[in-house]
Amino acid sequence: MSKLNEMTIVEAARALRARECSVRELWDACVSAAHDKNPELNAYLEIFDADDAAIESAQKRIDTEGESAPLLVGIPLAIKDNILIEGKIASAASKMLENYRATYDAAVIKKLKEAGALFIGRTNMDEFAMGSSTEHSAFGPTKNPHDPQRVPGGSSGGSAAAVAAHMCIAALGSDTGGSIRQPAALTGLVGLKPTYGAVSRSGLIAMGSSLDQIGPLAKSVEDARILYEAIRGKDPLDATTIPDGLYPVHPPAGGTASFRIGVPRHLLTDSVDPDVLAAFDATLERLSQAGHELVDIELPTSESALAAYYVIMPAEVSTNLARLDGMRYGLAKQGDLPAGGLLDDYINSRTEGFGEETRRRILLGTFVLSSGYIDAYYRKADAARTLLRREYEKAFVSCDVIAFPTTLSPAFKFGEKGDPLAMYLEDIFTVTANLTGMPALSTPMGFVEREGESLPIGIHFTAPHQSENILFTIGSAVQ
Amino acid sequence: MATTEDVKKLAALARIRVEDADLEKFTSEFDAILAYVGQLEKLELPAGLDEKPALRNVMRQDTEPYSAHTYTEKLTEQFSAREGDALAVKQIITHE
Repeated sequence: MSKLNEMTIVEAARALRARECSVRELWDACVSAAHDKNPELNAYLEIFDADDAAIESAQKRIDTEGESAPLLVGIPLAIKDNILIEGKIASAASKMLENYRATYDAAVIKKLKEAGALFIGRTNMDEFAMGSSTEHSAFGPTKNPHDPQRVPGGSSGGSAAAVAAHMCIAALGSDTGGSIRQPAALTGLVGLKPTYGAVSRSGLIAMGSSLDQIGPLAKSVEDARILYEAIRGKDPLDATTIPDGLYPVHPPAGGTASFRIGVPRHLLTDSVDPDVLAAFDATLERLSQAGHELVDIELPTSESALAAYYVIMPAEVSTNLARLDGMRYGLAKQGDLPAGGLLDDYINSRTEGFGEETRRRILLGTFVLSSGYIDAYYRKADAARTLLRREYEKAFVSCDVIAFPTTLSPAFKFGEKGDPLAMYLEDIFTVTANLTGMPALSTPMGFVEREGESLPIGIHFTAPHQSENILFTIGSAVQ
Repeated sequence: MATTEDVKKLAALARIRVEDADLEKFTSEFDAILAYVGQLEKLELPAGLDEKPALRNVMRQDTEPYSAHTYTEKLTEQFSAREGDALAVKQIITHE
């Protein structure tokens, strides 16, 4: 048996039921690894004290309910710092909310508590989920467990590092443009961005409300499925959550044994590292030999997707973060009257509370929504989004799932992408799933060498709305 | 082409201050991002893209309110300044 903290959810659930370990021993193993490794990796912003009552209650459920107990009973999970857990700090890795204590549980936390899961701590992230490396955290970057000189990806980089370094069994992240899938790829994990509306956003600190989804980062596709099933569902507190069967069903023509895998070759240009492309082709070849069919598809508007995303997302960011002004909660920088009055308090609180990237995106959003530019930027981007979704829907007539590499290259070094635009290009393959609202999954497809280090990379699959099951099946086939 | 004056105006709208020392760098980065997203201008779009979403006009009954004071203490604890259960802010209108 592997070390307790190195187990998957499935393995840990089996071990707990077989009395090979207790809930307390599993918790202690994960927390001990978290304390040992966190000084180097900075995956957690806070490691919680043991909740003795929750641990005892989980053990009791396993003892009394046995096999019928939910699989997540007694499983220690890490939670991204933008998901509210009542009574705990939820800072979104920002100075603005450094001392903000959540007044209620996010819908996903309520569900996980009911399922008996335990929470080890809150994980580091790019401030307000804006970034692809965790370098934009106000509390220092997280390091990649595969090579601490490199980023773990972002914005859910803390959750990814915590799972990859076995400082928990699995984790939740949030994904606005790739923030679960890109770190999953760069740390050798499975990451799922569910269909928009599949998982409640109640209690998620909002970034881009039409794009955000909470999802799992896990050591296996089956673990990702278990976590997804536990957190999904319609919620009266989030009017954008969807009922089952809202979208037409797309049953694979050849059944689950033979998927038609669409490959948009025209997007796989020189910008993809040659060894990443070679690993992608080798993975497709394996799938083809296993009976799946490869289909060439065209998604022409994808080439403008990143531009559309970097209009729509900052527009929503500037709107969502307007509520943070140092009055009701968050950092308050108040001067004496009559100097500047309330306006100065707002400006001082926001300027000191927000980091550079957050301020940049607020300004960009303010610009694209301003009178005179809203038609040229925001409305054009919104229309491009509809066109993109139509192209995907059309492609799904000739294929069941669409594949490309999750990222252009493996994990990069700290400071390597100092230019904001270079960082934005990290999201080039992942943003389309957020713009179309379709579910997408990244799963490991091997390793590539950089300066003597072996670094993981991922393959990315997109499926039609509410077809997460296709993603789990094809993801398992890759594993 | 964004100017430092444009960035200053946007910052004022967004209630943020960009320090003078950062203004040039901020403006040039801002300009590069705008040039990139500006590729949307060339994108030709067909008519009829104004679609209704699959899920719309979602309402819920205004029922089952929280019982009074359930969250009062937790929320007021977060206030930057308070008077009892009220959020205290600066007086902005005077009688002078």
